[in-house]
Amino acid sequence: MAITLSADQEVPAPPLSSRLTTPQVWGIVLLAPYALVFLAFVVYPVGYGLWLARHPASYVALWHDPIFARAAVNTLIFLVIGINVKMAIALFLSGFFAQQRTWIKWLSVLFILPWAVPSIPTILSVRFMFNPEWGVVNQLIFKFTGEDGPNWLNDPTVALTMAIGVHIWKSLPFWTLILMTGRLAIPLDLYEAAEVDGASWSQKFRFITWPSMQVLYVTCTLLSMIWTLGDFNSVYLLTGGGPADLTHVLATLGIRYLRLDQLSLAMASIVCAMPFVLPLIYFMMKRLSR
Amino acid sequence: MKLPTLREIGTETKLLLIGIPVFIWTMVPIYHMFLFAISPKEDAFSGKLWPAHPTLNNFYIVFHQQHYFLRDFWIQFLNSVVIALSAGALTLMIATAAAFSISRLRVPGGRWVMNLALLTYFIPAAFLAVPMYRTMGTYGLLNNHWSLILAMVTIASPYAIWVLKQASDKLPVELDEAATMDGATTLQLFRLVYLPLMMPSLVAIGTYAILLAWNEYLYAFLLLSKDTEITLPVALGNFLAADDSPWELLMTTGFIYALPPAAIYYAFKRYMVGGLTAGAVKS
Repeated sequence: MAITLSADQEVPAPPLSSRLTTPQVWGIVLLAPYALVFLAFVVYPVGYGLWLARHPASYVALWHDPIFARAAVNTLIFLVIGINVKMAIALFLSGFFAQQRTWIKWLSVLFILPWAVPSIPTILSVRFMFNPEWGVVNQLIFKFTGEDGPNWLNDPTVALTMAIGVHIWKSLPFWTLILMTGRLAIPLDLYEAAEVDGASWSQKFRFITWPSMQVLYVTCTLLSMIWTLGDFNSVYLLTGGGPADLTHVLATLGIRYLRLDQLSLAMASIVCAMPFVLPLIYFMMKRLSR
Repeated sequence: MKLPTLREIGTETKLLLIGIPVFIWTMVPIYHMFLFAISPKEDAFSGKLWPAHPTLNNFYIVFHQQHYFLRDFWIQFLNSVVIALSAGALTLMIATAAAFSISRLRVPGGRWVMNLALLTYFIPAAFLAVPMYRTMGTYGLLNNHWSLILAMVTIASPYAIWVLKQASDKLPVELDEAATMDGATTLQLFRLVYLPLMMPSLVAIGTYAILLAWNEYLYAFLLLSKDTEITLPVALGNFLAADDSPWELLMTTGFIYALPPAAIYYAFKRYMVGGLTAGAVKS
């Protein structure tokens, strides 16, 4: 051993990168568990899924499935309305919760509840509130008007709107909190200076608040798009995709095909969403991996 | 005492006009759940805003498993606890090791792994569920708690690694250099220098992973199906299988199920707000 070692030193040293130092060996050892998880539960499933979705026939079948077309439209409506309404309200409320009042502080503690509690019981609670016969909403309508209330969840438009409402209810606190941290980072003297100059409320927003929060707002909107695309609970637990499979979104449709044992259709429907998802992912990666 | 000016009254009124609707909007579904939990069936189904005879009988029924849908309540509760804690612990271990390796040891290719992990974070979970279900079948893990635990670790790790890496990048390099100079081995560096300094972030990430696993519905209902193997949310979903579901019991169980995460959230709010929200969206 000793001889080979000393001989080693005499020949020109091999490039340093090929020899690993002890910390680097440890680095590889410590990184290995995640690498294994990643290979086994991300790379393999995704690769396998894409392989399942390789047949053009699946896409033809999807194209001829009216439920798929409906789900695609629903997803678009869900995203466009849900996200914009949610982010606009969050931006507005972030200003409200930034006010220094004791009662607003307490309200903010309660306000976070929808985010802190699991979605299943609360969504089911909403579902029963709108039960046409026994739900509290229709019973109150009957009490005050003497007429039967609408069959809320049986109308696809109303049902989808309510699913969007549930989604907003659940995720609004989180985005309000994030936007609030952004708002609190704006130096107060900017507002004081504007006050002295006699700026109105809308001018302060337009020239101080918005310019400093623009980037954060856009990042939040994009991230929210990705998460909203994957929102299975809001639709599935409220409407179950019904009535007559008219309120599915892509997230629930994939699972529906899976339950019907049409795995290649499930994967194909997800692949169809990719042209939309990939640019978002690319953009978010550029934002976050700096 | 100074009387409030007209303008101040105006501002307060405006704030109240925002605050009251926000309060109602937030609390209605939660109050409705609570209302059902303390109402006997007749009251719950009659649309009252407060029960004529508030009762804790529903809780008694749930805790004593005295209903067809509740016959495995305690074991399902235990399943939820075990899965949430295991997923939390495993995520914490894997993510801390990875973050230490990437950020402090600067392992070759670490940046790559980091970016790949982030990529996973941006795949909508409901989309990954489909191939994941099939893969777990291939691995023979379906109907086994490990499938859900590993799925939750897969989903929680990317964000955990990212947050922990951000936090460890902030620790000064001189710390590691000084420790190494004093003869500390890599493992000692990890155990004696790195872990204590990272504690707040570790608490935040552990809580995040536990809550994620406890709250998970989709993966749980895909991967587990036997009544004694499922977690609470899946059991709640199963209530809907019958037309005449005992909704007051469903809401009671849901209320019990919602309490631990809410309590954990508020107990660790300090860490959650500092450690997570700041990292969630870097502007």
